[in-house]
Order: sequence, then C-alpha cells, then structure tokens
Amino acid sequence: MSRLLPHPAQSLLLLLTWLLLVDSIAFGQWLLGGVLAVIIPLACNRLLIEHPHGWKPLKMARFLGMVVVDILIANFQVARLTLGPVKKLRPAFIEVPIDLDNELAISVLVSVVSLTPGSLAADLSLDRRTLLVHGLDVPDPQAMIDELKLRYEAPLKEIFPCSPM
Amino acid sequence: MSLWLEILISALLLLGSGFVLIGSLGLYRLPDFFTRLHGPTKATTLGVGAMVVGSLIFFSAGEKGLSLHELLISLFLFISAPVSAYMLAKAAVLQELPLEPKTRGKPWEQ
Repeated sequence: MSRLLPHPAQSLLLLLTWLLLVDSIAFGQWLLGGVLAVIIPLACNRLLIEHPHGWKPLKMARFLGMVVVDILIANFQVARLTLGPVKKLRPAFIEVPIDLDNELAISVLVSVVSLTPGSLAADLSLDRRTLLVHGLDVPDPQAMIDELKLRYEAPLKEIFPCSPM
Repeated sequence: MSLWLEILISALLLLGSGFVLIGSLGLYRLPDFFTRLHGPTKATTLGVGAMVVGSLIFFSAGEKGLSLHELLISLFLFISAPVSAYMLAKAAVLQELPLEPKTRGKPWEQ
C-alpha cells in the first residue's frame, strides 16, 4: 500500500462518514472529507489493531445484509419472549469454541452475537478460543452452538482468511 | 407530503417506539442481570433503526432533498452497543452476580 493511504478501505469509510455527517455533497465537503480521510488513518496508524490482509469487502457486505435480516426476525422473537410468561424462559450459558485467529474477525463475531436478539457475548477466554454466550431462551444448547458457528463464524472465516497471530 | 407517506412514517415511528418500550419492559420484568441485559441491547437495533428510517423518509420528502445523516446514528449504535453490553456482561461474570436458578451452564472462572 502507498505511504499516503495505508488503509484505503478505512479512508473511504471516513470520507463517506464525513459526507453523511455534514449531509451535503458540495465540492468543498468532498475536499475537506478527503483531507480528513488521509490525515486520520495516518495519525491513528499506531493505535490500530493489526489490519487483516486480503479481506473480502463483497462477501462482508453480503454477510452484513444477512445479519440485518437476522436481527429483524430475532427482534420479533425476543419481543414475544419478553412479553410472554417469564417463568417459561430457559436461559443458559453456552461455551462456543471459535477458531478465528484475526482480532478484527473475533470482534465482528462478538458484535454480531450481541446485536442479534436472544444471544449475548459475555466473555472471551484468555486464549481466544472460546466465547461465553448467554442465551435468553435456549431449548437446546448444542443446536445453538452449531447455529452460531454455521451462520456467523463460517462466513467470517471466508471473509478474513487465516493470518497467523 | 402525501397521505401515504405520512402513514408510512407514523407506522415506522410507532414500530420503533414499540420496540424501545418492549426493551424497557424487558429490563423491568426479566429475572436476573444477564437476561435483563437482553432488553436494552435489542431496543437499540430495531427500535432506534425504525425511528431512524422514519426520520430519514420525513426529511428526504421535505424541500431540502435527500437526507441520510440519520444513518450515522444507527452506525454508531451498532458499533458501541455490543461493546458496552460486552463490558457489562464481563463485569457481571467477574463479580459472580447471582443467576436465575434455572440457568443452565455457568460462567467460567479464569
């Protein structure tokens, strides 16, 4: 990558955020946003966690679309659970083994698990191999582990190809 | 603004507020700390999301033309809500807060 733009995707995101923030696409705002999009990544370069190499933006977009649909559906399920009889809930802690080795991939997985209603990431083991998840209503813990792994972990593994830590 | 647009916006606002209300009810009704955490983190997704879309349509239909900066509210919430939920849950695990007796599995010690 060039010295001026070490993280092009991040710069693009910053520019877009700026244009949304000022709610205008005037030439001056493009210019100002462009300057910020160059300066901020350079200034924050040392603070950032390691950047994944060769991640796939298109697959990421598809994954995020799927997550949004899941969130919509699950919201209605959890609304029903919350309003229904509390005594019938079957809360459970489950331990989900994860084999993602990219920091960013793990944080995306944790965020997605917490955003999807009904499940909440509570803790990550020190070796980053197990995620403790709390479920609001879990009929079958093993089925939930399998679902989380299949629906969210497997696509993330494709989006962020393995990089040794 | 046409009547249909107004109906759509009102429906979105009602849906959003409804989900925020349900989230708050969850905070009140559910039995222990961990189950209670589920309520508010959910309200931020669909609840605020629907209100944001409503506001987006309302202002885009006005004179000023397309207005998308409400989307940033959702973006920032989606980034910050899981982090705060994670930190609260982790603190609760470390403090060994009492669990609802029916809860299966338990937090580990490390």
